[in-house]
Amino acid sequence: MASSTDLQSNYKFKLGNNRLGLWLFLFSDMFIFGGLLVTRAVLLGYTRPDLNQTLGFIVTLILLMSSFFMNRAETHMAHGNQKSFSRNLLVTIILGVIFVLGVVGVEWPLAPFGPGDGAVGAVFYILTSFHALHVLSGVILLVIVYRNSSKGLYSAEKHWPVEAGAIYWHFVDLVWFFIYPALYLIGTPV
Amino acid sequence: MNLLSSGLVRGLLAQTLGTSVGMAFVMAVRVALGLPAWNREPVVVGGALVGAIAFVFGVGAVSDWMKLARGEQISDDHTPDPDKPAWIRYFNVDYDHKVIGIQYGVTSMILLLVAGLFAMIFRTELAKSGMQFLPPEVYNTLMSLHGIVMIGSILLGVGAMSNYLVPLMIGANDMAFPRLNSLAFWVNVPGIILLLSSLFLGGFDTGWTGYPPNSVYAALGVQMFFLGVYFIGLSSILGSINLIVTIVRMRAPGMTYMRMPIFVWAALATALIGFTATQLIGLSFQMVILERIFDMSFFDGTDGGNPILFQHLFWFYSHPAVYVFVLPGLGIISELLPVFARKPLFGYKWVAFSSMGIALVGFFVWAHHMFTSGMATYLRVPFMYSTMLVAVPTGVKFFSWVGTIWRGKISFPTPMLFTLGAVVVFLIGGLTGPPNGLVATNLHLHDTYWVVGHFHNTMFGGFIFPFFAAIYFWFPKMSGRKYSETLGKLHFWLMFPAFLIMSLVQMRVGLLGMRRRISDYDPALGFDDSHMVITIAGFVIGVSVLIMVWNLIRSARRGEQATGNLWNSRSPEWQIPSPVPLHNYEQPIAVVGKPYDYGLPGSVYVDMNPSASSDK
Repeated sequence: MASSTDLQSNYKFKLGNNRLGLWLFLFSDMFIFGGLLVTRAVLLGYTRPDLNQTLGFIVTLILLMSSFFMNRAETHMAHGNQKSFSRNLLVTIILGVIFVLGVVGVEWPLAPFGPGDGAVGAVFYILTSFHALHVLSGVILLVIVYRNSSKGLYSAEKHWPVEAGAIYWHFVDLVWFFIYPALYLIGTPV
Repeated sequence: MNLLSSGLVRGLLAQTLGTSVGMAFVMAVRVALGLPAWNREPVVVGGALVGAIAFVFGVGAVSDWMKLARGEQISDDHTPDPDKPAWIRYFNVDYDHKVIGIQYGVTSMILLLVAGLFAMIFRTELAKSGMQFLPPEVYNTLMSLHGIVMIGSILLGVGAMSNYLVPLMIGANDMAFPRLNSLAFWVNVPGIILLLSSLFLGGFDTGWTGYPPNSVYAALGVQMFFLGVYFIGLSSILGSINLIVTIVRMRAPGMTYMRMPIFVWAALATALIGFTATQLIGLSFQMVILERIFDMSFFDGTDGGNPILFQHLFWFYSHPAVYVFVLPGLGIISELLPVFARKPLFGYKWVAFSSMGIALVGFFVWAHHMFTSGMATYLRVPFMYSTMLVAVPTGVKFFSWVGTIWRGKISFPTPMLFTLGAVVVFLIGGLTGPPNGLVATNLHLHDTYWVVGHFHNTMFGGFIFPFFAAIYFWFPKMSGRKYSETLGKLHFWLMFPAFLIMSLVQMRVGLLGMRRRISDYDPALGFDDSHMVITIAGFVIGVSVLIMVWNLIRSARRGEQATGNLWNSRSPEWQIPSPVPLHNYEQPIAVVGKPYDYGLPGSVYVDMNPSASSDK
């Protein structure tokens, strides 16, 4: 807790601030998705949109795998393996892009309803688009991290942006963990 | 003086440019999708959104992060350029929490005057029955804007007090995230511009609550209202996160949680609400925006939607929000009473936890706004009881205040007058609350002028009076000059009785059946005289606030120099020169005692130079 002026400006102290700030931000962000899931429960109840199950399963798998590679990337960075870090981060970014393309580029045109088609359309499109925007911002963050890491800005001791990108990425992944059953699994299709 | 060197001017230019670019972009997308290029609503909303973001870039609030993203180094040395005049800092991105606090404060006062002006215009209309000079749709817009602009003003005022005071009180040299702090202030400016632009885009007649289905069919102005609130809400969220990290991590050595000033506790409780619940008003407003633009039927009962869902999402923020408005003010009351009564604060621990208690219980009471909405009737009783529960921690505060001034050596300079005024007004606001929360009486009182009277008592008692007390109390600390005590007292003795008359008469006509939010009333109700009294009292309040503004401006330029510990306060910010030096505390301070032990001989709160005393 206690801290003198010179302590307040050193890296480790700032890292602690940053970590707390990031987790508070994620906690705050969680409330958006909480509100959206409540909306889904109120408007759709025990029904769900009639969606392509295979596609939903594949994109879920892709996003889960991306988290696996993100974790590998961060661990490699913590051990100072720059090359393996870059490789794994690149795989994460590619998987993230494939996920967004799968949802927005394939699932949206395939869905038998548009955003204006009743509560089902409204709920489906707001949930997937809010989540896709989060994935997209995560991809942008990771691209920035990738570019800066190739300039040698991060080391095994100092790599807060990598850590932040990884935590955010896992958060976005975790959110989909709740959205996937809410849209694809729970209730009877209408 | 080059005009472009001012961040504000650059931001406004960027917003203008961004709005045009955004409009062109939406039109291009529409053409690509095979739609006609021009459709007023999506094009204007797209432009407004891009314009507001462009402002933030233009003003330079994100420049450092852009550098980081490009892999460049940024400097942590924020010393201002000595060649530039000091006032220019206030029109630019500045990372000093004191500058940002004053930026918040001045913006808050400007909004207070604007929203007060709106109120006076429509109060003039209401002074007599029959329509005088305002067309009904203009009345509705002014009434709605009075509400939401005041809320913006209050949120900025809360930001002003937290940003200026918290780092000083906990012995830190700045907030945990100075850049985020600056961004959190500057996103308010485009938000305010959008909010006020609704006046020129057809206005909106929904009240500040923006309930669908009314808001789905209202004029285009309602979209600007939603977007404006969204950006002001973003400021709340970012500011709250910053404040929590600052309070948790930046306290001076020896300042345990139980030695924190009560205001810091209140700011912490406020921030806990601000960074969570605010997301829900943002979400509910976004859903109406989407319903209007993409025809997504969240709240359209004829197409699978549910208008009551909006009210639940909206009040999940907007009830806790009233605790965001009042908790910092109640903290100021607890902060100032011991100084002017020269006695320890009565029941420190209880007061500290009562703020947290109010914040916590505040999350479970929202549906008491919806007893007449047609929501499930079994929800009424649980929400009635949770609402009554709020009175318990609030009562704790009142006992503490009475206990604090009990047999104290009380003096009555302007800040103390406003503090005592706040206690009286908030007591009336508090006592008139439970009848609204009880289902049986609520069904009669709902949407009457009684609620207007009650609400203004809570806002004046919980925010306006304490905020003015804080301004008078810390004005010498901010400016280094004393304000005019005569004008300050005149301000109080005009505003306090005028306010009591205004709100008590509002409650009277409300009990007798006066509806709120309407531009006219039946002369047969016999309310003409009462409404005339309310209007005159409202104008007196307006004049008294202008006196304060004049007092502050004149004193900041020509007031007597304020030196030393003006109020004989124990708080660390009064042990350093006024105005506060650039980096607050020259050397780290240490907290060695309790904050409010006034009148106890030999008690010490802070050691301003712990390295020297440990050498002895």
